[in-house]
Amino acid sequence: MQSIDQQIRVLVAKPGLDGHDRGAKVIASALRDAGFEVIYTGLHQSPEMIVNAAIQEDVHVVAMSILSGAHMTLFPKVRELLDGAGANHILLTGGGIIPVEDIEDLESRGIGRLFGPGTPTTEVIDYIQDWFEDQETS
Amino acid sequence: MTGPLESALAELLERFHDGQPVALGRAISLVENERPGFQDFLHEVLRVGPRAARIGFTGPPGAGKSSLLSMVATNCRTQDEQLGVVAVDPTSSYSGGALLGDRIRMSDLATDPGIFIRSMATRGSLGGLATTTKEVLDLMDAFGFDRVLIETVGVGQTELEITAAADTVIVVLVPESGDAIQTMKAGLMEIADIFVVNKADRPGADRLVKDLRQGLHLRAATAIESAPAHHGLDLARIMRKESCEEPRGPGWSPPVLSTVAQSGEGVEDLMDTIKAHRFWLEESGELEERRRGRRKVRIQDVVDRELRRTAWRSDTVLAELDQGLERIQKRKDTPYSVAWDILDRLLR
Ligand SMILES: Nc1nc2c(ncn2[C@@H]2O[C@H](COP(=O)(O)OP(=O)(O)OP(=O)(O)O)[C@@H](O)[C@H]2O)c(=O)[nH]1
Ligand SMILES: [Mg+2]
Repeated sequence: MQSIDQQIRVLVAKPGLDGHDRGAKVIASALRDAGFEVIYTGLHQSPEMIVNAAIQEDVHVVAMSILSGAHMTLFPKVRELLDGAGANHILLTGGGIIPVEDIEDLESRGIGRLFGPGTPTTEVIDYIQDWFEDQETS
Repeated sequence: MTGPLESALAELLERFHDGQPVALGRAISLVENERPGFQDFLHEVLRVGPRAARIGFTGPPGAGKSSLLSMVATNCRTQDEQLGVVAVDPTSSYSGGALLGDRIRMSDLATDPGIFIRSMATRGSLGGLATTTKEVLDLMDAFGFDRVLIETVGVGQTELEITAAADTVIVVLVPESGDAIQTMKAGLMEIADIFVVNKADRPGADRLVKDLRQGLHLRAATAIESAPAHHGLDLARIMRKESCEEPRGPGWSPPVLSTVAQSGEGVEDLMDTIKAHRFWLEESGELEERRRGRRKVRIQDVVDRELRRTAWRSDTVLAELDQGLERIQKRKDTPYSVAWDILDRLLR
């Protein structure tokens, strides 16, 4: 259990048109069980909706689940909107069906780590926790 | 206390006054996490008095609080009101984490720049709100919203903090909530300014409405013998100027409405009723009374908290506590005499 002043807040978002949010829900409950406060917004979120929510909720992390194949536009778009809104401190991460080359490309463009299908949720939790601790000490 | 703000907070305050949503988001976290300086920040912010109408939605889990709130918000936005929303969901006592899902029902509002939605986890607080929800409402008010809507966690019993936070409390029930007796037992009769029976598309809604009205009628009749029978809301009577010029206003008996939050049925009636209640609050002096009550509780809270902090951080007090425990063991003292000694030292 975390003490309150290091309560990590994560927005779990499901952008795009595909109607499968099982993956997003699984990760949302896993993060909750790891002691995070998880804001879940439901399906069909536009990048603008996601960024608005991230700012209002003042989250540390936005995690997007993308299965539609639109990752190459959605991740950079959300990053750009976050930065434009003065929220460059927010980590953008996520997962879905994303080819390895695309992951490398995106990660080199300021997106955080991206996780493929079937990644154990503990890996995502550890990644967020480590990132958060680095933030706090730097 | 309440010296000049540290420079990072002063900068945040400036951006807050400048109306930047990012600054409001950060200010809420400052207060929610009770980070150093949060009280000084609130002190600065509270220099302007309350303006916003604070409307609370409470009721059992799944009754449709978020859906209804979303409909009310949409309606307010057509009047071009600026809105803040605070939605509280429970923290899991097992993990300390929380899944905050009220935004799901508010998707239609998600890109509207005239509305700011914040989810809060209870973080161990049991009153239906989070420990700092009231402070967050103050922030939203000071940010300049015309109206602030609050959704409590689904209440069972005794989770009634909303009365201390909102000007108008809307209790949302559904046909499945049981009868009026259960509502009475849960203490919801006393706290409602307005009752809404939501999911009126389901069987049993009419009965619950009737039942509630009867229950309220009985209460009113025993409370004030002369109170006239009052089924539903007689808008005309409340809005009529003359009747409101009585010293304390004509009194308010909670109307019982029914809605279907999904289709918006009944929401306009609800809006009218909310406005009528506001009018009554203002005309009768009750609003000022409620605000005064809130300020009093806030002062007491701050004093309580600071006293406790001062006490248990002081080395002399801790030493006295240890010595006291020794003396109790030797039967020279009791927990009470030790406590009095400590209080003596603190308040001297
Ligand atoms: N049939 C029917 N269903 C409704 C109505 N209003 C809401 N619902 C549904 O009831 C469910 C719960 O609605 P919410 O608005 O999330 O209820 P809530 O009170 O905010 O729930 P919690 O925040 O979890 O306590 C959702 O599936 C809604 O679609 C209604 O008027 N009629
Ligand atoms: Mg809700």
